[in-house]
Amino acid sequence: MRTICFYFQVHQPYRIKPYRFFDIGEDHYYWDDYSNRSIMRKVAQKCYLPMNKLLLELIREHEGRFKVAFSISGVCLDQFEAYAPDVLDSFRELVATGHVELLAETDGHALSALKSKVEFSRMVERHSAKIAKHFHGYTPKTFRNTELIYSDKIGEMVYDMGYSTILTEGAKHILGWKSPNFVYTAASQPKLKVLLKNFQLSDDIAFRFSNKTWPDYPLTVDKFVNWIREIPAEQETLNLFMDYETFGEHQWADSGIFEFMRALPAAIMRDTSFTFSTPAEVAEHGKPIAPIQVPVPISWADEERDLTAWLGNDLQNEAFTKLYELEEDVKLLADDYDIQRDWTYLQTSDHFYYMCTKFFSDGDIHAYFSPYDTPYDAFINYMNALSDFILRVKRAKKALAKAKAETDL
Amino acid sequence: MKVLMFGWEFPPHISGGLGTACYGLVKGLVHHKQDIIFVVPKLWGDEEPLADFVNASGITIDYRERRFKEIWKSLTYLEVSSFLVPYLGPEEFSRYTEHAMSEGAEVDESVFSSKFEFSGKYGKDLMKEVSRYALVAAQIAKDKEHDVIHAHDWLAYPAGVAAKRISGKPLVAHIHATEYDRSGESVNRAVFDIEREGMMAADHVVAVSHLTRKVVIEKYGIPADKVSVLHNAVLDASIIESSVKKKVPEKIVTFLGRITFQKGPEYFVEAAKKVLDRDPNVRFVMAGSGDLLNRMIERVAELGMGTRFHFTGFLKGQDVDDMYAMSDVYVMPSVSEPFGIAPLEAVRHNTPVIISKQSGVAEVLQNAIKVDFWDVDAMADAMFGLLHYESISKMFKELGSEELKKLKWEHVAEKLVKVYDTLHQNHTAS
Repeated sequence: MRTICFYFQVHQPYRIKPYRFFDIGEDHYYWDDYSNRSIMRKVAQKCYLPMNKLLLELIREHEGRFKVAFSISGVCLDQFEAYAPDVLDSFRELVATGHVELLAETDGHALSALKSKVEFSRMVERHSAKIAKHFHGYTPKTFRNTELIYSDKIGEMVYDMGYSTILTEGAKHILGWKSPNFVYTAASQPKLKVLLKNFQLSDDIAFRFSNKTWPDYPLTVDKFVNWIREIPAEQETLNLFMDYETFGEHQWADSGIFEFMRALPAAIMRDTSFTFSTPAEVAEHGKPIAPIQVPVPISWADEERDLTAWLGNDLQNEAFTKLYELEEDVKLLADDYDIQRDWTYLQTSDHFYYMCTKFFSDGDIHAYFSPYDTPYDAFINYMNALSDFILRVKRAKKALAKAKAETDL
Repeated sequence: MKVLMFGWEFPPHISGGLGTACYGLVKGLVHHKQDIIFVVPKLWGDEEPLADFVNASGITIDYRERRFKEIWKSLTYLEVSSFLVPYLGPEEFSRYTEHAMSEGAEVDESVFSSKFEFSGKYGKDLMKEVSRYALVAAQIAKDKEHDVIHAHDWLAYPAGVAAKRISGKPLVAHIHATEYDRSGESVNRAVFDIEREGMMAADHVVAVSHLTRKVVIEKYGIPADKVSVLHNAVLDASIIESSVKKKVPEKIVTFLGRITFQKGPEYFVEAAKKVLDRDPNVRFVMAGSGDLLNRMIERVAELGMGTRFHFTGFLKGQDVDDMYAMSDVYVMPSVSEPFGIAPLEAVRHNTPVIISKQSGVAEVLQNAIKVDFWDVDAMADAMFGLLHYESISKMFKELGSEELKKLKWEHVAEKLVKVYDTLHQNHTAS
């Protein structure tokens, strides 16, 4: 069986408002409601609503032979609920067709897998609960970690959490001569299947589609289908993984991206031997070809496909360390809704991405996604908010201890 | 290429940034095998022999040349007295203004004598010297072969224009600071006119930043297509290790520069207050002097932070280095700074810097926190961040020196040579 697997990442972070040091200890609300709402509305209009409509039409048109998967972060679900219930409805409609798979991930789109198994599992559970709540009890079966971050160790944890399939990047330095177009297993856990992103063909759509300096511009359906036909016959799966915001937001509507996607499924089914599958189906039917060893974490970001976009400099490391020093204390405050919410939102990987100082190679991409002028501004703002959060946690912990002492008496 | 260059000062005898910039530029040009004739009003004899130095004081003007008379006619507007001058050392500034106010300044007959001793300073006879300098320039342009003329700032513009009149060679007007940078909106009309006419007459204008280029185009009406940007560079990018130990346990946040409108000292004072309200374990230092010094002292007293906010007066030499070395944060809140080399000095001392977005240096320095000069909240926040979140200072130290190494005068000169080449080609073609 030869099959194509489309997976789209749906995510929006809770951006932090300009939070000055003199707000520390006084203002305990960190989130930039205005920009979060307006960005959500903008992306809903440009991407989520029109693309969901298009996918629904395609799935119906092809009577289920075309299918896709989504991973929707918990922080994004919260923002749909608050600012774009219409988008949430349209996702429900898609899932109801039975040809859309929803993946498991962390509630906060966090980097917790790199720090703490306990926090990581807790966040995945919270996410699954949110998915069940919003999608009539849906239970995700396949796992994808934040930014496709993966390592042997993460694979083990994910398997222990009950998942038998994980998605990650087909990073060149991991694969070497191997092709991403097969099902692999984790070296650390042979029962865990690993699906690898074909970054060449995925990024042709996600990054290069409207790039006029790209020799293959413009990307037509014919051209893309020809590239798929060139894939050697023994290679069974083609994983096209990308941000959902590719459609209409990163690649604007006038680039022709919607027309491209509208015509692609029919052309593939007509002119190639490929079908469409969801990740769970690929894992179920595909034969694992070999174990894949990933001792050092990989991701789908930048040229390096490593962690340096989030944890590559002193700023990021200080912020990350200070944040996770709170883990034990926050766990004690399980009943404090505000503390738990802010703890989740502060862990979102985007905050660390904004502090990235890789100016010269991938800096342009980083600048596009950052609400800050410089990584230093991002760092100071985050640290101010975090400083207040630290104070709150310490205070709440003290209050809890006091209350406990009183009831013990 | 043979370049006839007019400056006003040259190291070691300088009172401000202009001389240093000229030195760096000449050094860079020599690296690219350019022949420089560098003219200054007064030579001291101990300048580094990089160029064919010409001492304007030693030039005898031949009044039989009729074209000189035409030049003089066009210079008569310089007789308007003016005491707003650039690049004054702080001490000289107050001395000079007092002097100029009491005595006034006008051009006298001695300009026409065949011999004239320039002071080469920014004294009360400044306008007299500027116009005499132009006459001397005409004489030099007649005597010395050259391919292109290059004049630095308004003091040398009449000289550049006069030289162009005589030799007909293309003129580059280099703008290191405009009258708007020195005086805000209350510009000295005479100086403005000299700047504008110099740039209008020039075949090409070089600005030290995009910020300055914008001023040149918008306020002076110079056609945008003949104005390009050449950022300044640093002569020495090495890190200065200091043995100076600070004598107080608190962290120190420093303002170091002239205490004048242009440098935005009041924003520093207001930001200091916001930080001290939150964290009393910080000391602020305002080093330098200038016409706003007393007002700043009063404001600090009014805000009741006298025990945490200190004034050092004018610093020079080793004291300046020590001040940088003792500081945990250096702030340059300039309202208008065409370039601003001081933050780069701070970086050489491994001191993290906060600079205003209204400075040219903000266009080249990435490892700095940049704020709008008027945004006191953002400035205070940046100070607090640098004082409390260690990694940011650490990053600045690691990356800052690497960044400095990229700011080389050879690179600046390379771009300038291209400007010269184009001008020269156009000139020979026409």
